[in-house]
Amino acid sequence: MRRARSGAPSGAFRRRLGDGPTTVGIGVGLLSDEAPTTARPGEREGAAIVSAREVCKSFGRTVVLDGVSLDVHRREVVCIIGPSGAGKTTFLRCLNLLERIDSGTIEVNGQPLGMRQENGGEWAPAGEKQQARQRTEIGFVFQRFNLWPHKTALENIVEAPIHVRGTEAESAVETAERLLERVHLAEKRDAYPSRLSGGQQQRVAIARALAMNPKLMLFDEATSALDPETVREVLDVMKELALGGMTMVVVTHEMGFAREVGDRIVMMSDGRIVEEGAPEQLFAAPREERTKRFLDKVL
Amino acid sequence: MSSLPVAIQFDWELFGERIFNGEGVFWEALVTTVYIAVIAQVLGVVLGLITALAARSPVRVFRALAWTYTLVIRGTPIIVQIFFVYFGANLFLGFDLFPREVGLFGLALSGAVIAGTIALAINEGAYMAEIIRSGIDSVDDGQLEAGLAVGMPRHMAMRRIVLPQAARVIIPPLGNQFNSMIKTTSLLAFIGVYELFQDSQVGYSATFKPVEYFVSVALWYLLLTTLWSLVQVRIERRLGRHDLPEQREKGPIWRTLGRVPEEAR
Repeated sequence: MRRARSGAPSGAFRRRLGDGPTTVGIGVGLLSDEAPTTARPGEREGAAIVSAREVCKSFGRTVVLDGVSLDVHRREVVCIIGPSGAGKTTFLRCLNLLERIDSGTIEVNGQPLGMRQENGGEWAPAGEKQQARQRTEIGFVFQRFNLWPHKTALENIVEAPIHVRGTEAESAVETAERLLERVHLAEKRDAYPSRLSGGQQQRVAIARALAMNPKLMLFDEATSALDPETVREVLDVMKELALGGMTMVVVTHEMGFAREVGDRIVMMSDGRIVEEGAPEQLFAAPREERTKRFLDKVL
Repeated sequence: MSSLPVAIQFDWELFGERIFNGEGVFWEALVTTVYIAVIAQVLGVVLGLITALAARSPVRVFRALAWTYTLVIRGTPIIVQIFFVYFGANLFLGFDLFPREVGLFGLALSGAVIAGTIALAINEGAYMAEIIRSGIDSVDDGQLEAGLAVGMPRHMAMRRIVLPQAARVIIPPLGNQFNSMIKTTSLLAFIGVYELFQDSQVGYSATFKPVEYFVSVALWYLLLTTLWSLVQVRIERRLGRHDLPEQREKGPIWRTLGRVPEEAR
């Protein structure tokens, strides 16, 4: 509740900003290349970008995910909350193939993750190359930033466009400079990560993910490793991104952020989704006892 | 000098000759030592890298091969390995793999040089594998994952993200390995390679003045290893660059683009 905006009831506020033609909101459109009011042609708002069905995953004997099903729609911001050990991070990592699922299916953009279609139409496990191609569509922001310390901020951002996409260096640099401006770090272009604060590093990491022009952004406790005073700047960038219409799945302990920016809150515990719903409902009147207990502790 | 009651007198004149005024064959021997050490080290690093990657491979056979290779090589004396490659290869193959003279790229090399270089490389590979493996392990998994997350295939993330960082951990022990390699080439004298040590052995058996020959050859090895350690210091300083941004000149991206950032001017 700390950061809830007065009179801005949750994710609805984002849609409202997006609907009106004359809205002036902080950072509206700042992180999107198009005006937030115009949906891309032929694109149904609400089409599922992520569709996970009965996802199970164990590490050895420990069951981490126990049948998780979740749909994330285009331009939707889904915040996953829950106690540590609930499987939030593992689920998020499965969405980007950083973890292999044991059973179930995950489709991103209608394509089963980690699978490829053979000539006969049969599905088979994807090779390294196809997996890499699927990941280019999905941005991932790590709790510990994972910037490459041997590259400057700018080099971190242009690395993938140049070497994965084959973009010309000049235009990749131009895009990277624009992204740095958008995360308010234009002046840190040539700084090595060791010279940046945690918040700055995380904003560069966000820019690095955006440089691949992903259709979906995943945030894994993006502010948990930060000093309290730099949390805000990262959350602001994430909020601007949400306002720009980015589809996001955010694992977070920042309840204020979840309430304000999330369109839908998913509560996880013990490898399952306990409850999901609109923020105003879930935070104010949780249906499940488990959710109540969790919220009592964190709010 | 001759009045001193010493059983064996040190022949300063001969010693000076050996240090400052070597004959033609001496320089050849010196060059042979250096190029064998360099080639064996380079091949050893390549072998070590392949082995280190094989040791982390998901394919079990690769892991088993890597494990066996390092176990056998690190567990047996290098002189035995050298003899095994030189004599054993001919024996098992049934033909002369390493004949007395081999024409290679227009150079006449003795088979012993080739066999010796290969043996040193195989030996070095096993030690480099361990060094490279621990170098790769020293890089946080998150670095590789960040590469994968932006769509790099695993091998690209390894090559562009992990290995450059592992290099900072690998280079110091690699330098020590090369220092050791320079000295280990002396063992090839025992299969008849005419390198520094062999040169002094030949000289000593003709003059019976072992001390002059061996002290002078020791000084030559010392010179080679000292020169190398100077190079090593420079390399290590360069690698530590991104920790000290103020020492940086131009980032790689600007070298590619041929432009200098405003702030750097």
